Amino acid sequence: MRRPLAIIALLSAASLGWAEAGGNAENGEALFRQCSGCHEVGQGARDRIGPHLNNIFDRPAGAAEGYRYSTGFERAAAGGLVWTFETLDDFIENPRRLVSNTRMSFGGLADQQDRDDLLAYLRRYSASPGNIPEAAPTAVPVDHAVAPEVLAIIGDPAYGEYLSGECTSCHQPSGATTGIPSITNWPAQDFVIAMHAYKDGVRAHPVMQMMAGRLSNEEIAALAAYFESIE
Amino acid sequence: MTFDRRTFLATASASAGFLAAPMVRAQGKPRVVVIGGGAGGATAARYIAKDSEGAIDVTLVEPTRTYYTCFFSNLYLGGFREMASLGHSYGTLAADYGINVVHDWAVGVDRDAKTVSLAGGSTLPYDRLILSPGIDFVDGAVEGWDLSAQNAMPHAYKGGSQTELLKAQIMAMPQGGTYAMVAPPNPYRCPPGPYERVSMVAHTLKEINPTAKILIADPKDSFSKQGLFEEGWNTHYSGMIERIGPDFGGGNVAVDPQAMTLTIDGDVNDVDVCNVIPAMKAGRIAEVARITDGNWAPVNAADLSSKMDENIHVLGDAAAQGDMPKSGFSANSQAKVCANAVRGALTGSTVFPARFANTCWSLIDTDDGVKVGATYEATEEKIAKVDGFISETGESDELRAATYQESIGWYDGIVTDMFG
Repeated sequence: MRRPLAIIALLSAASLGWAEAGGNAENGEALFRQCSGCHEVGQGARDRIGPHLNNIFDRPAGAAEGYRYSTGFERAAAGGLVWTFETLDDFIENPRRLVSNTRMSFGGLADQQDRDDLLAYLRRYSASPGNIPEAAPTAVPVDHAVAPEVLAIIGDPAYGEYLSGECTSCHQPSGATTGIPSITNWPAQDFVIAMHAYKDGVRAHPVMQMMAGRLSNEEIAALAAYFESIE
Repeated sequence: MTFDRRTFLATASASAGFLAAPMVRAQGKPRVVVIGGGAGGATAARYIAKDSEGAIDVTLVEPTRTYYTCFFSNLYLGGFREMASLGHSYGTLAADYGINVVHDWAVGVDRDAKTVSLAGGSTLPYDRLILSPGIDFVDGAVEGWDLSAQNAMPHAYKGGSQTELLKAQIMAMPQGGTYAMVAPPNPYRCPPGPYERVSMVAHTLKEINPTAKILIADPKDSFSKQGLFEEGWNTHYSGMIERIGPDFGGGNVAVDPQAMTLTIDGDVNDVDVCNVIPAMKAGRIAEVARITDGNWAPVNAADLSSKMDENIHVLGDAAAQGDMPKSGFSANSQAKVCANAVRGALTGSTVFPARFANTCWSLIDTDDGVKVGATYEATEEKIAKVDGFISETGESDELRAATYQESIGWYDGIVTDMFG
């Protein structure tokens, strides 16, 4: 649905020759007010509730010196998450898709143009424009969202219970979290979104990419239904 | 796992339950007997009991009361785990899952009568028999070594006392002494195991005996995670480890347990510790049941049923199944597929398609963990690999540390999956 709009955005960006390549930094500055309760960016920016966002582009996730990140963020960082246009775009769209249990309480920006604008604003505060490819990356319309019809699939918990045998070799049903996160009672929608993120290679963990890689939409729904339901 | 009063009583009541079992059988419940209480057998018993909700009578035969996992035993050698942390009781399986846990040796299988005989004299009838006996060693595989030499030259390839013996010998090595390993030919339990062990022994020696040497005689051209291990050995244990591959006679070895020598291609080496890991075969009960072909028991991929007997299933190291490595993770994965199929056959419950996975973590040095894994599917011919991955050389310290933490989580996860 959003794809044609995004392509139009790309065309107009190209024709107008915006430096921010698809995003309007002025609009982005306005949008940043949603973030500025927790994050600072620009001269003298410091860590607040969230880390400062200067030089965020090409910065490895979880790397702001002195900031205490959540376990979920540390895990994503250890997995090699690096902030690029693509990963930032994905994260801003739905933070939990990339990082489970992040403390960032932000519902996400669903609109591609809004995200482009916000990123165009943030990139003003990344020092070396050379490390940001001009034009293409921000302007490419990436549809990260799990399609509504996939999210709407009602999973079969009985099938999910059988499939869960593949999960419980590592993830303990009790919810214990030594070294490996708990997936017990994970809200089904978050579960589905995260699993598709692994399947698409957006989340970095190789074991999970492999395990999710061969799960069908129905199987992911079944697992989500099962893990949400167990006591 | 600690032994408290509750688990002791639970085990005791399980034995009583076993004695009373014939009454239950008279009501016509289908009977499953599982031989071997490791990653395959304990998991299969638990899943059948749990999912059948009492509709199947499950008996688990396992000689030891405390099961020491072979996986993670290398971490004990490296000083990263206490032996007690690798021991697990069957109390929960008996108390919470109603499994009849019988601590005895299975010594015979009558496939026509469908019974198992135990060393203690009892006979167990079964509708389905699941064998998960692990490994034994091929007689005469290493010249000069047999089981009678296992105290002088331990294999330490079954968890527990052998591992403790090997550790004691390592700790007692003279300064500048030599730890030798005779590595096994393929296929064998835990492909990265010997090389993780070398890493862990090196870690210990570096602390207490830094001039000691490690000598590996290896009949294989290459080995699991070789690039990762060799990178780690160069980084952490430079100059300590020498591996002699088959091109220099590493496959042509003999040992003398009295003289404590290891002869490689005619070259006699005096050694202080000699860890002999001989060629392996399926645990003996598989041979006794006459379901082996060569060293292993061939199985059908869809349900791990024996190709020789449709009422017997074989799990884990003992099975010749195709592409999966012999590992605790593999056995656990196969057990769940088998449990689902056995339950379906005996009670008519839904049988879902088989799917398998494996991941093996190895520790090279403190916070330097690596892993390899793959997914598998059942084909007509075998369990076939679908997709896989391996850690890369040159990974960041953070990722290696996270991988090690993950392995600790996996250990807790799989033993919970096995023992409840």
